[in-house]
Amino acid sequence: MSSASDFLREYLTVLILGGVGAALVGLLLGASHLLRPARRQPGKSLTYESGVDPVGTGWTQSQIRYYVFALLFVMFDVEAVFIFPWATRLEAYGGFGLVEMGIFVFILLLGLVYAWRKGVLKWV
Amino acid sequence: MFATLLQATGAGDKLVTPEVPWSHLAPQLILVVGATVGVIAAAALRGRLRRSVGAVGAAVVAGAAIVSIIPLWHRVSNPAQGPISAVNGAIGVDRFSLFVTALLCAAVILASFTAEAYLQREGLDGPEFSLLLLLAAAGGSVMAGANDLIVMFIGIEVLSLAVYVLAAMHARRISSQESGLKYFLLGGFASAFLLYGIALTYGATGTTSLLRVQSFLAERVLTDDGLLLGGLALMLVGFAFKVGAVPFHMWTPDVYQGAPSPVTGFMAAAVKTAAFAGMLRVFVVGFASYADLWRPVVGALAIASLVVGAVMSVVQTNVKRMLAYSSIAHAGFVLLGVDAASAEGTAASLFYLAAYTAMALGTFAVVTVVGGSGDGAHTLDAYRGLGRRRPGLALAMSLFLLAQAGTPVTIGFLAKLGVIRAAIDADQWALAIVAMLTAVISTFMYLRIVVAMYFAESESESDDRGELRIPWGVGVTIGVAVIATLVLGVVPGPLEHLSDDALPVLVAVDGR
Amino acid sequence: MSPNAYVLLGAVLFGIGAAGLLIRRSPLVMFMCIELMLNAVNVTFVAFSKMLNDVGGQVVVFFVLVVAAAEVVVGLGIIVAVMRRRSGISADDLSLMKG
Repeated sequence: MSSASDFLREYLTVLILGGVGAALVGLLLGASHLLRPARRQPGKSLTYESGVDPVGTGWTQSQIRYYVFALLFVMFDVEAVFIFPWATRLEAYGGFGLVEMGIFVFILLLGLVYAWRKGVLKWV
Repeated sequence: MFATLLQATGAGDKLVTPEVPWSHLAPQLILVVGATVGVIAAAALRGRLRRSVGAVGAAVVAGAAIVSIIPLWHRVSNPAQGPISAVNGAIGVDRFSLFVTALLCAAVILASFTAEAYLQREGLDGPEFSLLLLLAAAGGSVMAGANDLIVMFIGIEVLSLAVYVLAAMHARRISSQESGLKYFLLGGFASAFLLYGIALTYGATGTTSLLRVQSFLAERVLTDDGLLLGGLALMLVGFAFKVGAVPFHMWTPDVYQGAPSPVTGFMAAAVKTAAFAGMLRVFVVGFASYADLWRPVVGALAIASLVVGAVMSVVQTNVKRMLAYSSIAHAGFVLLGVDAASAEGTAASLFYLAAYTAMALGTFAVVTVVGGSGDGAHTLDAYRGLGRRRPGLALAMSLFLLAQAGTPVTIGFLAKLGVIRAAIDADQWALAIVAMLTAVISTFMYLRIVVAMYFAESESESDDRGELRIPWGVGVTIGVAVIATLVLGVVPGPLEHLSDDALPVLVAVDGR
Repeated sequence: MSPNAYVLLGAVLFGIGAAGLLIRRSPLVMFMCIELMLNAVNVTFVAFSKMLNDVGGQVVVFFVLVVAAAEVVVGLGIIVAVMRRRSGISADDLSLMKG
């Protein structure tokens, strides 16, 4: 048996599970649609925004102040890529690895301190 | 639980961790640690520092790095010990990398003094300006010492990212930000090419280590070297972009014009130096066995850069653009030394880069002063009558321009002589002749500025531009550059001696 | 699929990125094209690493990822700074400087 069909078989499980899920949701929603009374009101067809009246259209631009957070997140998130492989072989690297990673994380922390002191982390 | 997990993954066996000889990496470490500490200090003492602290601090850090180079130079020159290959052969410490590092540090010192005056005048804050210069120099230094193509890439990115920000640093001048954006987009493009070239080289040779690439190529003849040739070509494109060689020069005039004048000087001096250092290391040493294939291409780049740089500089009316095109022509001259693919060519290139560092930083220091408040007066008109208004400044500018043109008794003449001699020794007569002819054309452009300063009357009747102030920082830069241009032009011995010794070598052993 | 196909995929992606950078005029899209080119290189590195049975190529990808992220941060910073001054910018509008 080739590994490719093994691979496909595993996806078949996912497919079956997905089908069962979709059928279940369809059944429940369909039943409630048949059973409940339907009275249309304009308020009911508004976009749901946690109880707040929606303002503007879906294409309004989001505020630029969010972008610095996003950038900081991207930076720190990606640096984590160096920590994962190190963590899997923590013992093999020994003291040397620990010190090196300490230095690495310390430098990242300095970046965070800089951003904080520059007032970037404040919600304007 | 953790222990079982480790056992399950087969970990637990000790890995051989690389030895890091901290003392041998002292110059780079001083630059990086200095910049990091400076950044934190700047953030912690926000606004409570005087502006000049940043410039002086950066100069002190760069000076410390130069001092730390001296014992290393002696250590490496000692035949009993020889060059060092540190961190599992990723970074080489040889006289080549030390020479380039010292050159970059000198550029940082001069540029940060010019920048101090610039920031003061423009009311920009920030020791960040000088600290980014330090980071850029650290990146360039890593490039000069890279024994692995990936380390080379990281160095080039550290250098470039810092300079992108520097170019866009003037927050109130839209042209500065445009210049930063252009530099960023085209620089990113170039980096991607370089990286793809590295990937293809890795595919062809199975390693990114220059040393192993070199021995791989020495040991066997590749029957199908298409992949390797593609990699070489793409890397060459990447480097050509960074040094601003024709036909990959389109960004140079715009970026040089828009960037703050001190940054332009730093770009011309340090970024070119670092990029050429990387090029020399990768091509002249790493791919020495393929020299027959890349030399014609480098030669063509050199001819194109010389001709386009010289001809286009003549038709400009903006002095910063003129100097940008002249920097392209200078890149062509350095390419002559690279094309020679010899020890002599490398030494001549390094000498040229050292000379150009002094001349370019001096020239752009004068441009910074003449640019006036707002850094906008860069047309040839702004230079009219400068000889009458500020005789000293005009004299210094004339000296830098004549040196760039290659007038005898200045360092520029010896630099040009060196690369042309290297080209002739490599039997590249055509290149040498083109270089001499274009030098004559460029001279016309340099003389245009000199004539404007001395013999043209200011068109706007009265000198209502106000007195040009020469702050102390710029004064220091111009003074040092004048001394370097003249003294080394008359007594070139010491510098020639150093650059002759500074040849890149690849060594395998971990020297300690 | 053989690793060869992935090398080809990398080449195609790199070509699309390079062409996009030259054709498109919005700085943001041009910037995305650079990212595409860098990630095409990542694909190439992983494919070669598989072909050569050498883990080095995959380690390189980590470094490229981080460098790309650093480029994102610096690049977006500059683009946002320019866009704050002028809305709806395209690369053709960046024409203050001409020779």
